[in-house]
Amino acid sequence: MSETFDDVRDLYQEIILDHGRRPRNHRRLEQFDGMAEGDNPLCGDRISVQVQRDASGRLADIGFQARGCAICTASGSLMSELCKGHDPAEIHALAEGARTLAKTGSAPNAEGWLAESLERLAPLSGVAAFPSRVKCATLAWHTLEAALGPGGKVTTE
Amino acid sequence: MDTVLAPPRFDVDAIRAQFPILRETVRGKPLVFLDSAASAQKPTAVIKAMTGAMEHTYANVHRGLHWMSERATEAYEACRDAAQILLNAPTRDEIVIVRNTTEGINLLAHSFGALMRPGDAVVISAMEHHSNIVPWQMLRDRAGVELRVAPVTDSGELDFPAYEALLADGRVKLVAITHMSNVLGTVTPAARIIAAAHEAGAKVMLDGSQAVVHRRVDVQALDVDFYVWTGHKLYGPTGIGILYGKRATLEAMPPFLGGGDMISTVTFAESRWAAVPHKFEAGTPPILEGIGLKAAIDWFLALDHAAMEAHERALTEHAIARLSAIQGVRVLGAAQDRGGVVPFTLANAHAHDVATLLDRAGIAVRAGHHCAQPLMDRFGLESSARASFAAYTTLAEIDFLADQVERVRGFFA
Repeated sequence: MSETFDDVRDLYQEIILDHGRRPRNHRRLEQFDGMAEGDNPLCGDRISVQVQRDASGRLADIGFQARGCAICTASGSLMSELCKGHDPAEIHALAEGARTLAKTGSAPNAEGWLAESLERLAPLSGVAAFPSRVKCATLAWHTLEAALGPGGKVTTE
Repeated sequence: MDTVLAPPRFDVDAIRAQFPILRETVRGKPLVFLDSAASAQKPTAVIKAMTGAMEHTYANVHRGLHWMSERATEAYEACRDAAQILLNAPTRDEIVIVRNTTEGINLLAHSFGALMRPGDAVVISAMEHHSNIVPWQMLRDRAGVELRVAPVTDSGELDFPAYEALLADGRVKLVAITHMSNVLGTVTPAARIIAAAHEAGAKVMLDGSQAVVHRRVDVQALDVDFYVWTGHKLYGPTGIGILYGKRATLEAMPPFLGGGDMISTVTFAESRWAAVPHKFEAGTPPILEGIGLKAAIDWFLALDHAAMEAHERALTEHAIARLSAIQGVRVLGAAQDRGGVVPFTLANAHAHDVATLLDRAGIAVRAGHHCAQPLMDRFGLESSARASFAAYTTLAEIDFLADQVERVRGFFA
């Protein structure tokens, strides 16, 4: 098919399609010290995140398994790449930025690693124009924060 | 004249002309509305009846001390007569007006449930909408009633021998089951279900939310005890539904909600209930919605139903054939008897991504678990896309859907 759906390329940018098809860190960690499950009841997206921290509390490894749409899976994949090696405060700041990006279409002001990371998440900004899809982009981030904190189950509702 | 072999002709264009919304464009493209199983669009007759009532004959009802209230009461109560005719109910007093199917089922779980004792059982099926699962779970948890689930086969039909086995110990007091699945389109064998239940001493409630739109329903021929459905799927307004119940059973049941309109006398010592159906209708009813529903039922009954059923069958068969021919598409359900609902999945693409891309082409489909998570679990799915049809759906729309699904496949390949 040569037809391109040009009018949805704002939502389905090539990087989203790539991470949706071949998500990175899409595996279950053998060893982990935190985990959470996320669920988007409206659409049925489900995601599971395991984290392993080092002695200083930084995210040494992360695995996730998503059963959801391309946006949900790609968001989790980008998240796993960006967050590895960072401490919970940095991850929380990036999660906040990712949510703002998804909801408003633009990233908050930031510097350094946070700014660079938000730049890489820019393809997620397209969901802002699709209110029903914002939760697809934010589910992975809520779930990671729960895995780093209390664990258990989170829901976007 | 021999007309036996001539297929009945259904004039879809004439139907479409009566639905103003079908002239709308979505994102610059003609609206292709394939989500009627969620809620159907409204014909001019319904729109005019409701706006006309607001302009000319509106007041509160059942307090007819003035002219306007008398006119409004007549117009509102006419929907009870229309529903009686639609269902071929023996009397209008057996038509309880509720807010929607969900409220009707909750009414039954409360008021019929009040007649049940710990150890009694309710049977539902594995292809119920959440609205016909959750109220029974709540009854189970508060009254010690057992909830049994009749399984469905791989083709998406009721597993009848398993259903009969659930009835065998004689403890089942109620079978509450869909007359047509909102996910698979399966039309259940209502007459056999009811006969088996009655044989075992159980009453039967059919959830007719989908069936009443696609089949002519005769509650007397079925000998069904309760039949519940909602107005907005039958081309009528939201906020109104119908619960049919056999008079003797309704009379034996305590009220559901308390308040005005459902009493005969009130003192601080005690209140006495109004007769059925008003016993179950507390508070100011959905007046405008009743007037709209009456118009919808009249409009629906005036259709050529043999021709409409043939048209919907042709749409469904065409959709299954066209979609199944697309690489990676799986059409769910293979029931012998199915209505105009076609759920499908596409390999490598989540249903929500499919729905978002179809929306960009102006096509409205449902995507998700369709409020029937246990059924999706049964088929090992989180979600599916669902195209559903109404009297105004055309074969050209089905072809357009299939062409666009083919494009979506290419996009995610």
